Amino acid sequence: MISFLQADNLTRHYQGVKAVDGINFSIEQGHCFGLLGPNGAGKTTTVEMLEGINEPTSGSIFYQGKPLGHRFKDEAGIMFQTTALQDYITVHETLEMFQQMYPRTTPLSDLIESCSLAEFLDRDTRKLSGGQRQRLLLAVALVNDPEVIFLDEPTTGLDPQARRNFWELLQRIKKRGKTIVLTTHYMEEAYVLCDDIIIMDHGHIIAQGTPKALLEEHFRDVVLQLPKADFPANCVQFQGQENGDVMEILSHDVNKTIHQLIELNVSLVGLRIRQRTLEDLFLALTGLELRV
Amino acid sequence: MSFRRFLAILRARNREFWRDRAALAWNFLFPIMIITGFAVAFSGDGPDLYKVGIVEAEASQKLNFEEIKYVQFIPVTELSAAITKVERHQLDMLIAPSRHQFWINDTSPAGYVLERLLKGSDQGFQRESVTGAGIRYVDWLISGILAMNLMFSALFGVGFVIVRYRKNGMLKRLKATPVTAFEFIAAQVVSRLWLLLSVSVLVFVCTDLVLDFRMYGRYLDLLIVFVLGAICLISLGLLIAARLASEELAGGLLNAISWPMMFLSGVWFSLEGINPWLLKLAQLLPLTHVINGARAIMIDGAGLMDILPNLMALVVMTVIFLAIGAYTFRWE
Repeated sequence: MISFLQADNLTRHYQGVKAVDGINFSIEQGHCFGLLGPNGAGKTTTVEMLEGINEPTSGSIFYQGKPLGHRFKDEAGIMFQTTALQDYITVHETLEMFQQMYPRTTPLSDLIESCSLAEFLDRDTRKLSGGQRQRLLLAVALVNDPEVIFLDEPTTGLDPQARRNFWELLQRIKKRGKTIVLTTHYMEEAYVLCDDIIIMDHGHIIAQGTPKALLEEHFRDVVLQLPKADFPANCVQFQGQENGDVMEILSHDVNKTIHQLIELNVSLVGLRIRQRTLEDLFLALTGLELRV
Repeated sequence: MSFRRFLAILRARNREFWRDRAALAWNFLFPIMIITGFAVAFSGDGPDLYKVGIVEAEASQKLNFEEIKYVQFIPVTELSAAITKVERHQLDMLIAPSRHQFWINDTSPAGYVLERLLKGSDQGFQRESVTGAGIRYVDWLISGILAMNLMFSALFGVGFVIVRYRKNGMLKRLKATPVTAFEFIAAQVVSRLWLLLSVSVLVFVCTDLVLDFRMYGRYLDLLIVFVLGAICLISLGLLIAARLASEELAGGLLNAISWPMMFLSGVWFSLEGINPWLLKLAQLLPLTHVINGARAIMIDGAGLMDILPNLMALVVMTVIFLAIGAYTFRWE
């Protein structure tokens, strides 16, 4: 069976540095595919090769079984991490400009409604807020009614409301059967939106699968959180770690752990129990070391 | 080539320019201010230095007259062209030593003084008089200023803008669309060309209403010179911007090209009498050919055939600049 988008042994070198080192994956049609990884992992390089913006040093990319070409350009929508728009033109004029570049287009009225642009249509693009600008950039990426949409860290810098609003937009796009390729630093975002993810580090894929399957594969425990002030200082029988003002205890058997805590006279007033998250998996696989 | 995509970029670029009020005002006002300023500054009797043409091929031995200070002696080769310059007050006197003839304009006070000086130092020269209205400095300057404005607007308006687009990711965004490099470049050229010609025509008309320039040639010929010159200079801007992603470097390079062009192409002063090597170097600069062509049409009444070498030079340079620029162009 032919994959919708497939990367075979994809490699990209920059002046002797292997930014991406022979990775393989395939993306199914209608799925939201997430690329996760710390800074410098090779996510943006990978996604730019998929977009056709960056040439691979070696390896191949196939769109519906064929190398990237004119058809792919017509059918791909792209939202870069940072994009400038033409100065001194309005939101409406920007959409019109990009619409005229494609043979197949989404009606402007649909774009305006789906991306909630109506209230600032006549505003100069330089005068948009962060959330408004991201919605416009998404609309630009959708202007050609694309089959596949690439979103490189689309919600970075947005406030929580704007981020959740953006997620709703992407969910609606997904429901229309469009394929989405998303890179993000927000694990919650990847968990909510992505059907499949890969986690990259140092140009390699270090984990690949659905978010749920990956969590099940790597974790069989839950996390009990207690205020650090309530936790005995010399208590060594629990596997755990400090996280700010909170002590996190990893437990395979919640009942047993709670029983032990009661025996130690630890107050359970501030106790919280949470499932393992993609962020736990991400940190477990890529480490706590700061990346630049 | 998709005309639809070309028009989309052209329209957006035009909108950007016309809505940038500060840049727009500067593009229109700067040349008007320069021309008006020079018209006022040189509206008097002009500098004290006299200009005397010496017909070079006929110069057998040096005249005593040539020892006089504060007179600039300019070797000339074509007698008829030099006589025209005396008629237009561009030369105060012309001397052909081997023929023992000299020419002055009967209406020129400088010619009267120089005739007295010549008679006092060298005997036996036959006086030939010519008549004709003087060419004011501002008449001579207008084509240079218009061409200079063309140059700055073409180089910085195209070169600098493309580098800015590359730096801020606009070009990368366009690369992700079906737009081709040719469509993008063509839109930039046409957008800037249309703007440059609009500005040039408006500045010419406005300043002409006030200063009443001499115009002996055809307006259509002058327009053709400016169209070819604008395309050539825009192409040079594209060539410089083909790969650069640093506005600072682009600014430095554009200045390094535009300032020598401004001084060596005869915007402010005639190149007659300058070092022959600099004269040859000036022929390699597109601005020289724009100014020479425009000045010949305006002041000498030349037609297109008379300035064919200038026009050909502009066409050849345009082809070279565009070919290298298109070959080396990078979106990122």
